[in-house]
Amino acid sequence: MKNVVTVKEQLTSGTNRRSFLKISGLTMAATGLILTGCSDDDDSTIVDQKLPGQRNGKFDLGGGDFGVLTYAYALEQLEADFYTKVVNLGNFGSLFNATEQQVLTDLYHHEVIHREFFKTALTNALPNPSTQLLPNLEFDFSTVNFNSRTSILGTAQALEDTGVGAYNGAGSLITNPDYLLLAGKIVSVEARHASAIRSLINPNSADFAGDDIVSGTTGLDTAKSPSQVIPVAGGFITTEFTAIYLP
Amino acid sequence: MNILKFIESFNDENFMKNQGSRRDSFGQFGQLGKNLALASIPFGLASLANKTYAADISPTPSTPVGALQLALTLEYLEDEFYRLGLESGVIPPGGRDEKVFMQIAKHEADHVEFLIAGLGANAVAKPTFDFTVGGAFSPFTDYQTFLALAQAFEDTGVRAYKGQAANLITTPDLLTAALQIHSVEARHASEVRRLRGLKGWITGNQRGTGMPDATQAVYNGEEATNQAGYNTSTLFGADAGTEAYDEPLTTQQSVDIANIFIV
Repeated sequence: MKNVVTVKEQLTSGTNRRSFLKISGLTMAATGLILTGCSDDDDSTIVDQKLPGQRNGKFDLGGGDFGVLTYAYALEQLEADFYTKVVNLGNFGSLFNATEQQVLTDLYHHEVIHREFFKTALTNALPNPSTQLLPNLEFDFSTVNFNSRTSILGTAQALEDTGVGAYNGAGSLITNPDYLLLAGKIVSVEARHASAIRSLINPNSADFAGDDIVSGTTGLDTAKSPSQVIPVAGGFITTEFTAIYLP
Repeated sequence: MNILKFIESFNDENFMKNQGSRRDSFGQFGQLGKNLALASIPFGLASLANKTYAADISPTPSTPVGALQLALTLEYLEDEFYRLGLESGVIPPGGRDEKVFMQIAKHEADHVEFLIAGLGANAVAKPTFDFTVGGAFSPFTDYQTFLALAQAFEDTGVRAYKGQAANLITTPDLLTAALQIHSVEARHASEVRRLRGLKGWITGNQRGTGMPDATQAVYNGEEATNQAGYNTSTLFGADAGTEAYDEPLTTQQSVDIANIFIV
């Protein structure tokens, strides 16, 4: 019997592998998929590197360190958008006293800085940011009454507390210590924000670090997984996205 | 290290070698409780320069256990400071301040318990603290001093925990717990700063009005505006850029600050 050239044998050659990719229509850049090394023994296997990017028609945040950074970028986009709206309200000066205006203006500054930081960091770090960088998300704050100090501060509190819980819950997902440090530098500022907002809402109290957010037995703050945070934060986000690689 | 440079700047040799009680040495500084006085009088830490206190803590190893041991020492410090503060009556009763410090004290006591339980046989013992630093401070009779030290301790705690995060990267559950304590310290810091009339966040390396010179060590490094190559001052200026990020303290820096209050 003649020796039949099998597909496996063809794939052991680099040139043939490239041809195979062209024929099959697969490209590496667009989807973050790569062909793993093919040994004589294995069939070719396509492995998703879990980079952020389009999957099944929606943007997926990705997994691993890039997934966590993209997740953080999404949350900072949300906060930045909210505070941008708040400080630009026509009645900002009448809704809030001078101290409150200063706090909210600072929060606006900080969250926009955080957002732009993540955009820059991800753009620099991602292999192909043109397809892997989270797009500008669209938001819907129609449930917020922007004529109400109470509604605005309550929303700010929810966003800040959510941010703290999100960063605390995502820290252990990060493998690069430099990224962990960067997330650490931000989360404490979010906690300072949360404390200040809570204190503006109810100054003569322990609410700045109340028992509703800091455990009365351990003294620990919340830590939430992405799958716990996204449904809550996602309530304000109209752009559809997925996070299949984040727990 | 700024505190050591500060100490070395003393040129009164006799003062430096004074073998008398530290309280006598500092008697000349009189009433240190007023904000302006605090800012202008160099704190009498000089006598510490020629003494090595056997009880001073050493830098902990760069391991998960080491990180939590350092954390526990700092929590012991805060726990005792607030306990003594509440017992002393220095905190104005019945108002916001008392509510704030009762909540903070509760958390610090909880943190001590949590870390002792987590460390088990590796738990370190509580050092002996002197929050007066040999009579240089009167935190338990002067409320402004108490507030200033509270701010310094909370801002130190935030930075110290942050500096230990990388040491916990191999132990995800312990890292998460440390992050969950770290953010509580940040909530505390924000409220104490705001009680003192400052912003809840740190601007540049400013220790803030009324904070003793000796606390500058807590704030040095906070002026950073380069975050992984991104210039945080570009959009809204350096104030906003530096406020948006808290910086870590190294193990040595954290230990040096704690040792000021350990005898």
